[in-house]
Amino acid sequence: MKMKTLAAMALAGTLAAGPALAELVIPDLSYRTGPYAAGGTPFSDGYQDYFALLNARDGGIGGEAVRIVECETGYNTEKGVECYEATKGEGALIYQPLSTGITYQLIPKATADEIPIHTMGYGRTSAANGEVFNWVFNYPANYWDAASVAVNYLLDENGGSLDGKTIALVYHNSAYGKEPIRTLEVLSEMHGFELSQLAVDHPGQEQKSQWLQIRRERPDYVLMWGWGVMNQVAVQEAANIGFPMENFIGNWWAGAEHDVTPAGMAADGYKSLNMNRVVDYPVLADIQSMVHDAGNAAGDGSNLGSVLYVRGMYAAMLAAEAIAKAQEIHGVSAVTPAMVRDGMEALEITAARMSELGMEGIGPEFSVSCQNHGGSGQGLVQQWNAADGVWVPLTDFIQPDDSVTDPLVAEDSMAFASESNITPGCL
Amino acid sequence: MSADFLYGIEVIINGLMAGVLYALVALGFVLIFKASGIFNYAQGVMALFAALTLVGIMEGQVPFGHLINAIFGTDVHHFGWEVPALLAIAFTVLIMIGFAWAVQRFVFRHLVGQEPIILFMATIGLAYFLEGVGDLMWGSDIKTLALGLPQGGSLAVEEWTAGLGGDDFYGFFIDKLDMVATLVAAVLVISLVVFAQYTKQGRAMRAVADDHQAALSVGISLNFIWVLVWSLAGIVALVAGVMWGAKSGVQFSLSLIALKALPVLMLGGFTSIPGAIVGGLIIGVGEKLFEYTIGAPYLGGATENWFAYMLALIFLVFRPQGLFGEKIIERV
Repeated sequence: MKMKTLAAMALAGTLAAGPALAELVIPDLSYRTGPYAAGGTPFSDGYQDYFALLNARDGGIGGEAVRIVECETGYNTEKGVECYEATKGEGALIYQPLSTGITYQLIPKATADEIPIHTMGYGRTSAANGEVFNWVFNYPANYWDAASVAVNYLLDENGGSLDGKTIALVYHNSAYGKEPIRTLEVLSEMHGFELSQLAVDHPGQEQKSQWLQIRRERPDYVLMWGWGVMNQVAVQEAANIGFPMENFIGNWWAGAEHDVTPAGMAADGYKSLNMNRVVDYPVLADIQSMVHDAGNAAGDGSNLGSVLYVRGMYAAMLAAEAIAKAQEIHGVSAVTPAMVRDGMEALEITAARMSELGMEGIGPEFSVSCQNHGGSGQGLVQQWNAADGVWVPLTDFIQPDDSVTDPLVAEDSMAFASESNITPGCL
Repeated sequence: MSADFLYGIEVIINGLMAGVLYALVALGFVLIFKASGIFNYAQGVMALFAALTLVGIMEGQVPFGHLINAIFGTDVHHFGWEVPALLAIAFTVLIMIGFAWAVQRFVFRHLVGQEPIILFMATIGLAYFLEGVGDLMWGSDIKTLALGLPQGGSLAVEEWTAGLGGDDFYGFFIDKLDMVATLVAAVLVISLVVFAQYTKQGRAMRAVADDHQAALSVGISLNFIWVLVWSLAGIVALVAGVMWGAKSGVQFSLSLIALKALPVLMLGGFTSIPGAIVGGLIIGVGEKLFEYTIGAPYLGGATENWFAYMLALIFLVFRPQGLFGEKIIERV
């Protein structure tokens, strides 16, 4: 009797609730606290605000509302894995791990769980080989592309030849910081420049030795693969020794506003790569009016339009476009993670589409395929204008040297396939 | 003189300067350990908190603004005024004294007589608590410290010394900020010594450091002394936070500077102010010289962190109490 009553009550409750509303669940593994919060907060704000805009303006994606599940990782790998485990059960459609360390941990887990991962400009570079890494995508560009883009930019600056030039690489002494070395070594042989490597130990608060060495050796250019406090200290130390800032180029994780503002006017002229152009897009005005003014901003609103905010927004746009593509392919609006993976693999970002979305030229045009999960690999060079406090795009998107990066991706991914007993192929 | 030799001298000079910055952090540890036997894990976070508070006050930032806005739906971030640096420093010192009182009143007063490991654990909790409060109070963005401290290499030194070597020698590089830090550290150490030697409170502090029981028996308040040393450690933390924060902006990784102080303490001893200074200088010069002569040319660089600990370990093996620490005598 008791069981019957309970069953009846449950049934009545279900009927009273009506049909369950489908949601597109997107976790945001953010880091708003700790030493890297200055980078994590604007990215997360941009990521969430764009989905909030889609909910407010378009009723979500394909008629389905987006629900963000935020989980604080503190940029800590263990916490990142905990966040993944805690959120995947909610129906997570796509993960943006936002840390190379977390990415390496999630690659086997997400592959087993069949949830796609998007590591935009970070993570495991050879994941660009989609036949080995079926569930991992790193479009529009990766670290090896970035190294090649930087060298191509310098080639362009030097009339097509770097023969006899010296390039110093100042890098975070970690797996992340060492990523470009192999590519740069190959490019060094190819173009005849001398590569000098200077490792900086975590966290990078003290870099006197490295910059004294640069002062002694006087390289023509300094490239930097830095993160967190290492960036601010490096920019300050470069200014201290009088290194020409226009010859100092950081990668795209060393080119946000907070990387240069502590050095004040001394940072003027410093350059960095970027995978997304930062200008005043129409979509930002929409976010301001429909999200921020409505009191639904993810943060305090102060990051709107900053480099990492725009990158977070760009990442959200790419995720939203992949979901829309998945809905189109499968003919359903309530898509599953496997369907989103299909959408990511069929993604095509065109100039017309970016304009339609109010983000004209935010990124390069690219398409994804089973074989290529890495996109075009293009990046641009931007320069810090300290007087106006803005990053100014200096170039259009620059193509990396695929003849250098493709064999490296193939070699590394096939080694991974061999170690992990993976038979390369499309799903 | 050859350029290599002169650059070696340059590395030693810069190592000494870096050592002063390490010693500034180590001093805070020494003050508290000497008076109370507590290894204060929170010293690095205190440097962060003090620097955050200084910038927050200078910029007229509303403390706990994000929390207030989230609870009450307001949109307040700044008071709309800026506070002059000296006044902001004075306010920050008052806040650090208030923090010292609170730590004593709400934490250590309840832990009197506990094992040192319990007290150490309490400071770990304190570190995470203070970091969280700092985040809630002032936010986690990177703040620029606008104290007008000089930055960049001294052109005068560079020009005077450029002629010492051949064409390959560009003159000595000495960071003006490091010169200021050295001056400030010297003033700080002299002030601490004068305070400890010539004031009633200073002598009481030394008495407690020598023998708690004897100090109590002559009427010295242990509670007061603990508040005093935590206040002094807070002021030292503020100085360290300002000097390090001037290089990188005030940000949460400032708390990690404590890692640079540990080998200094191992080498100089946990109970000696001169030990902290000399230890800092030895570590600074040692790690920079090793990087210059062996680390960068032969080992791929980035040897400074581990070499500092290895150097401290070597000293520890031969002199466990550190260079200037009190000799450990256990009577049975």
